Amino acid sequence: MSIVLETRGLSKSFGAIKAVSDVSFTLHKGELLAMIGPNGAGKSTCFNMLMGQLKPTAGTVWLNGQNLAGLGPRQIWRMGVGRTFQITGTYASMTVAENVQMALISHHHRVFAILPHAHRLYRDRAMELLDLVGMADQADRHCAVLAYGDLKRLELAIALAHEPSLLLMDEPTAGMAPRERIALMKLTADIVRDQGVSVLFTEHDMDVVFAHAHRVMVLNRGQLIADGTVEDIRNDPRVQEVYLGGGTLFHAAEEGHHA
Amino acid sequence: MGFFIAQLLTGLANAGALFMVASGLSLIFGVTRIVNFAHGSFYMLGAYVGYSLMQVLPGAVGFWTSILLAGVIVGLIGVIVEICVLRPVYRAPELFQLVATFGVILVIQDLTLMTWGAEDVLGPRAPGLTGVVRIMGEPVPKYDLALLVITPFVALGLWYLITRTRVGVLVRAATQDREMVGALGVNQSWLFTGVFFLGCALAGLGGALQLPKGGADLLMDFNILTAVFVVVVIGGMGSLPGAYLAAVLISVLGVFGVTYMPQSTLVLMFVIMVLVLMIRPYGLFGRPEVAGEHGQVGEPERPIKPAGPRARMIVAAGLALLALMPVYGSNFTLVLATDILIFCLFAASLHFILGLGGLVSFGHAAFFGGGAYVAALLVTYADTPMELALLLAPLGAGMAAIIIGWVCLRLTGVYFAMLTLAFSQLLWSLVFQWGEVTRGDDGLVNIWPSAWASGTTVYFYLSLVICTGGILFLRHAAHAPFGYALRAARDSARQAEATGIDTKRVQWAAFALAGAMAGVAGGLFVFSKGSVFPNELEIARSFDALIVVFLGGVKTLAGGVVGGVALEGVKDILTRFEYWRLALGVLIIVVVIVAPDGLVGTARKLAERWGILRGAEDGK
Repeated sequence: MSIVLETRGLSKSFGAIKAVSDVSFTLHKGELLAMIGPNGAGKSTCFNMLMGQLKPTAGTVWLNGQNLAGLGPRQIWRMGVGRTFQITGTYASMTVAENVQMALISHHHRVFAILPHAHRLYRDRAMELLDLVGMADQADRHCAVLAYGDLKRLELAIALAHEPSLLLMDEPTAGMAPRERIALMKLTADIVRDQGVSVLFTEHDMDVVFAHAHRVMVLNRGQLIADGTVEDIRNDPRVQEVYLGGGTLFHAAEEGHHA
Repeated sequence: MGFFIAQLLTGLANAGALFMVASGLSLIFGVTRIVNFAHGSFYMLGAYVGYSLMQVLPGAVGFWTSILLAGVIVGLIGVIVEICVLRPVYRAPELFQLVATFGVILVIQDLTLMTWGAEDVLGPRAPGLTGVVRIMGEPVPKYDLALLVITPFVALGLWYLITRTRVGVLVRAATQDREMVGALGVNQSWLFTGVFFLGCALAGLGGALQLPKGGADLLMDFNILTAVFVVVVIGGMGSLPGAYLAAVLISVLGVFGVTYMPQSTLVLMFVIMVLVLMIRPYGLFGRPEVAGEHGQVGEPERPIKPAGPRARMIVAAGLALLALMPVYGSNFTLVLATDILIFCLFAASLHFILGLGGLVSFGHAAFFGGGAYVAALLVTYADTPMELALLLAPLGAGMAAIIIGWVCLRLTGVYFAMLTLAFSQLLWSLVFQWGEVTRGDDGLVNIWPSAWASGTTVYFYLSLVICTGGILFLRHAAHAPFGYALRAARDSARQAEATGIDTKRVQWAAFALAGAMAGVAGGLFVFSKGSVFPNELEIARSFDALIVVFLGGVKTLAGGVVGGVALEGVKDILTRFEYWRLALGVLIIVVVIVAPDGLVGTARKLAERWGILRGAEDGK
């Protein structure tokens, strides 16, 4: 399998504090990779470096063979990285379809066009994307009246608009009801399978992680302490140590999942 | 050397009033997040109230008691304003609060005029401090030395209050996190009222203290407002030491400016401000505003659609009616209609950045007046024909917008509003002070249209075509990808940036476009009037446009135009009364509180309720 994303020695310090130190990992095509860890482990810092919000202190990030480190969010997006936010960011004054069309307009470099009607541009493609996330029937609704789970799905459609090779999802299921979480991650897994997109996501809900991730990385205090299959991670004593100093959480999660 | 020191001392003395007003503004903003545009009015009230008290209370004791009492009385007036006007709008968007405080400015202006008359008031000398002291041979007024001593005491007292007392703890806590202070059981409304009292009392004190130096007049409010904004922006919003330092800096600079560069005193102030902002965008001591999603307060704006066949018919019918006006209207109605058309284009250009972009510009007159002056200067000095001048006016205004936008767009929210206002005042002061070229207050006159367009009817048609074209173009731009991107940057800058949209550049381009369109209106205006005066660049002109957009409805596409027609109509009636500012001010405050959706928004809601229009889907 070809490598989509590869980091080498990725580090970030804020003054004397090492938020992330020497994190190296690879993400293969079609993989759904979870990044987990307790609060303050450095997940968000890692994500922000990958997305260009933060400049790494050291290390490299390769996306399909191109170095990303130090580029801004817009450039990284243009290189084929989509993202979703922990707290959704959508255009409340537009319709659902227009939200997606906006990303398509940007993708086709027509943001400054002043002649065409925006609501007619790339409408068909937007509908395809909405169909993909199951939102086609709500395409003409006002974005501001959507339920939270639908906003999440809309955001996913926006993130897929420029056919990214990599999708970064920051706590995709935060703030959702348990049933919605499973549904959203199932949808993501289907998209990974059908579209050949690779996904890196952070997550707090172990049900979600263990049910859908192909591979799991564990961060603690800025360091990568484990990287392996779901089974490996579950049985890794260091990981159990990190989480509440014991394995109870995982057993509970496992039971919850099978129930 | 003596001269230098004397100048320095005068500058430091002048800093007193400026510091007090600025620190009051800063305090109020810190706690309530409201930029009180009426703060200059409280300063003016302090001067007038102090003057009246001094007439009654005799001697040195009376003088100083009057000053203190003036502060207290103005503080109490501030409390009334806070309770009646601001309490209902604390949760409303910034723009509503700013417009409400502008209403307060108008009301106070007319009430002051009613009470004290139009004549400037000479301030009484301070008993015992009337002479001068010779410092190294140079005369320095004794009163200046007194101010020099008083100001640091006031500053120290404030510092003590804020850092060492329980009240200060509450104020600082509220500045950091209002919700948390409320959750801890502090009565927020009384905290806000208390801070408003303190802030207004400081402004009043400043006004009363400077009586012996400057007296009182009806222009004091706007005159100090600009300097105060500059001080607050340089010092950093919410920082007392910053306010003090910046007040001293600006005042000293002002005094030296008068001596060495009398033509550029005002300009100098802005140059310093721009320099500071380029190095420290939030001022010397300011903290960055939390760069969260500004989002929309209240009901989010509805999606927009290009006009359907029915709306197009109505617009076409309206235009036909307008076009036939020379047949049924009098000469006067034609002139009035021309004015309204020009004003509507001006308002529509502001609506473009304000409504779609969420960029609350308080200095849009810079581009209207700028365009007007470009055209007028070209005609006066280069005998430029009208046709060319009308083309170059938007070009000049657009260039100005590119430069001003570049600086202002570094900041957001209230900082952006204050900066745009400061820049329009900069242009105004340039025009006002640079008399050799602009003829200052006398204005540029004899700027008439080309022969073919000099008739009222022809000029009306010219304005009709250009203004309607401009408005329709702006409306089309709103539906184009560019307009959508502007809304996207407003709704969620984070998502827009994350999908490759350069939000700052989009806003910059929109700002330039709006400036150019305002320039078109300004050019047309000059040739319709035959003259232009600096007041086309004034704060009041910027506010006209703001109020129009607000009155029409920020969240509706037609808001600018409908508001333009309504305001010009209302003004035509109101200005027949002596105290029309009072009436307009009250009207504005009432609209802010009662019908915050504006005319178009309110009409749409009513129509939906009565079943004339299809309602918003899914209800609320």
